[in-house]
Amino acid sequence: MKVAITSTGNSLESTIDQRFGRCAYFVIYDNESKAMEFIPNPYKESKEDAGTASVQLMASRNVNKIISGEFGIKIKSLLDSLKIQMIVLKQPEKKITEIIELLNH
Amino acid sequence: MSPRIRILRKVLNPPIINGFKPYGQESEKLNLESINLLYEEYEAIRLSDYDALNHHEASIIMGVSRPTFTRIYGSALQKVAKAFVEGRQITIKGGQVYFDSDWYTCNTCKCYFSNPEKEKNVENCSLCGSQQINEIDYNYDEIGITQGNDLCVCPNCGFEQQHQYGKKCNQEKCPTCGTTMKRA
Repeated sequence: MKVAITSTGNSLESTIDQRFGRCAYFVIYDNESKAMEFIPNPYKESKEDAGTASVQLMASRNVNKIISGEFGIKIKSLLDSLKIQMIVLKQPEKKITEIIELLNH
Repeated sequence: MSPRIRILRKVLNPPIINGFKPYGQESEKLNLESINLLYEEYEAIRLSDYDALNHHEASIIMGVSRPTFTRIYGSALQKVAKAFVEGRQITIKGGQVYFDSDWYTCNTCKCYFSNPEKEKNVENCSLCGSQQINEIDYNYDEIGITQGNDLCVCPNCGFEQQHQYGKKCNQEKCPTCGTTMKRA
């Protein structure tokens, strides 16, 4: 299954980004093939609706779970209806490597 | 200028029915419009009457202030009463709401996660796999919501203190002059 993580940078040592819609990078990690992909967020500077556009990007990549620091109100119900699981991790110092380690339990 | 923005009200789950239809002798002759109940009004009836919470706790769950919750609840009951008396249909649709499913917390990795597949039972944390999870339960006896923005005042010297829900103001004495306090 595919997991998306919001990240502040494009390396494995970057920390998790506490925002979803306006994060710097998305990391898409595949649980089975262990493949990892860093995508810069094209909607970071957009004036409005960054969250809904990011959700569409995630849905087009067939993501099953999203890990971030927080999600906005409007996208919570959108992600619910798309059956994508949301995981909130309010720890801004956690690195991407640590999160991927937890996922490989 | 546009009117004052309304906060989106939080509804935990949509209703399982779409409405009600009356039946009986007189109702076939009536051909009136249906009454539309909003999702937030359905949720107000569910929290206040089905779960038997008081308005303070229910308004916190819905994410609005207590007077707003009371207004929504009052409007809901009035619509239901009108439908009963006039023999109208009830439909449940619309409103400024967002739906938020149940959330779970994990004691091991301290994360919160949602459960979009409502039918399946959740047993493991989605992030770390541990089984030390609990569902966020709106049980206010344990959390103890006792204070809000309401005040008790002293009628003699004007001293104000925060009002504790569940304790009557007229059982408290003013610490400055000793007079019985009253609700602001």
